[in-house]
Amino acid sequence: MAAAGRTHATRWGVANVVVVLYALFPVWWIAALSFKDPATLSDGSYIPRDWTWENYRGIFETSQFTRALVNSIGIALIATVIAVILGTMAAYAVARLRFPGKRLLIGMSLLIAMFPPISLVSPLFEIERAVGIFDTWAGLIIPYMTFSLPLAIYTLSAFFREIPWDLEKAAKVDGATPAQAFRLVIVPLAAPGVFTTAILVFIFCWNDFLFAISLTSTESARTVPAAIAFFTGSSQFQQPTGSIAAAAVVITIPIIVFVLFFQRRIVAGLTSGAVKG
Amino acid sequence: MNHPLPDKSGKALSAGARQERRLGLLLCAPAVLVMAAVTAYPVGYAVYLSLQRYDLRFPDRAEFVGLGNYGAVLSSPFWWDAFWVTLFITVVSVAVELVLGMALALVMHRTLFWRGTVRTAVLVPYGIVTVVAAFSWQYAWTPDLGYLAELLPSGEAPLTEQWPALWLIILAEVWKTTPFMALLLLAGLALVPEETLKAAMVDGASAWQRFTRVVLPLMKPAILVALLFRTLDAFRIFDNIYVLTSGAHGTGSLSILGYNNLFTALNLGIGSAISVLIFLCVGIIAFTFVKLFGAAAPGAEVKP
Repeated sequence: MAAAGRTHATRWGVANVVVVLYALFPVWWIAALSFKDPATLSDGSYIPRDWTWENYRGIFETSQFTRALVNSIGIALIATVIAVILGTMAAYAVARLRFPGKRLLIGMSLLIAMFPPISLVSPLFEIERAVGIFDTWAGLIIPYMTFSLPLAIYTLSAFFREIPWDLEKAAKVDGATPAQAFRLVIVPLAAPGVFTTAILVFIFCWNDFLFAISLTSTESARTVPAAIAFFTGSSQFQQPTGSIAAAAVVITIPIIVFVLFFQRRIVAGLTSGAVKG
Repeated sequence: MNHPLPDKSGKALSAGARQERRLGLLLCAPAVLVMAAVTAYPVGYAVYLSLQRYDLRFPDRAEFVGLGNYGAVLSSPFWWDAFWVTLFITVVSVAVELVLGMALALVMHRTLFWRGTVRTAVLVPYGIVTVVAAFSWQYAWTPDLGYLAELLPSGEAPLTEQWPALWLIILAEVWKTTPFMALLLLAGLALVPEETLKAAMVDGASAWQRFTRVVLPLMKPAILVALLFRTLDAFRIFDNIYVLTSGAHGTGSLSILGYNNLFTALNLGIGSAISVLIFLCVGIIAFTFVKLFGAAAPGAEVKP
């Protein structure tokens, strides 16, 4: 019995190791590249022989990367805040209130969640040039916010359905208006769900590439994923591999931190939003 | 809004219900306005652009050409090559992801130890920027640079040949999105009651029988949602291809084709026609899923 238990445990152990290796291997590879000096870059070894910060120093020396990093952080944060605020309002209404057009809203969000972004790129390119927000922060914030709204509405309305709403009724009995009940009772209860949604939306905006390369043309709004794709080496004969690897590690760090700290919540957010509607 | 509207029972709405209604509409209005302004209007505009001959290099020659652009696109081998490539990548990667994602979900659901570690590790591909992952794969397969290229006979450069490159694109796509599939399936697994499984075990069902006869049917809604999401997502594939091959060597997807026409050729008319056609393809896929699976479609079960 004990032996059977041990083989059982071994088998799970092996399965777990396989899963962890599967998930982390490409990440390890790019991190290893980022710490190699140019001479040993192509030695194919999984562990850098001579560790160096040269690649990191290199990317932070020019404005190209730092500017893109500032753009990424600013654009993703602003889009997240707006999407979560608008999403919270709509999700509360969907989960709690009776009003006409609710189905329309749900159908519309679903449609947008499925929307191929490439279909919007050409008209947005033209419209943004006409309005004068092409290659600006606003030019990226607007599509990010729109495309993450459905995600926000779905995850939040799933969270909101779990909230004990009797408390709200009690508040109303005590004389609060629906708006007050929302602000004073529900918002604090909903905060964890809102926070989870914010992480998911942030990851979504942080990840975008298509809009970032299509709706920007200079450093003024280009985010890191787009900037990386346009990196050139310090001379035209040098491949920018080391710089790309270093930049890749820098934009991966925030996500790894989120994942490490909020693993449980991210799983909850992804699954509740998707499965419960 | 000021005069009372009858509700379903025919009675006039009470003041409370009217207030609720107004609050509901007010709360949704900003989200709806943003979504309509940024998608509905541009889509209309894309349709309008797709009916024009409109090349940014020759703006003076712009004119209305009706369905001419659509005819040009649909009779072009570039469209059909990209279409089949996209379809191939979508079907293969979603199929692989479903199997792999299910295995991953089972490990996450049943594992006896390290559960947190496994779940955290699985979230890394979900969270990592696609472009970053794509560069990691690209370097891995570049001769003289990558660990995976070293496993191949020397002189092989898989990213410069159509079929090897297509499989590597699928690999990159599968790596990145299987965790998402696995998490959706994990949520479905959590809905399978333990007692039902125990009862099946007592009745002598083998592990495989329990999985196919009990677990899978109960998980059907979760599987369908995961499949729908991933199919539509895979059909829009762009980032991985852009970084791995830039669409060269016969590996360009429809999104790559659209992008190239818009931003390399600067042909807004043709590019918009491609955009609208991709939108129609996605619409057909979504419609088919919803028709086939009806109530299991996401959003369908949301009740007032």
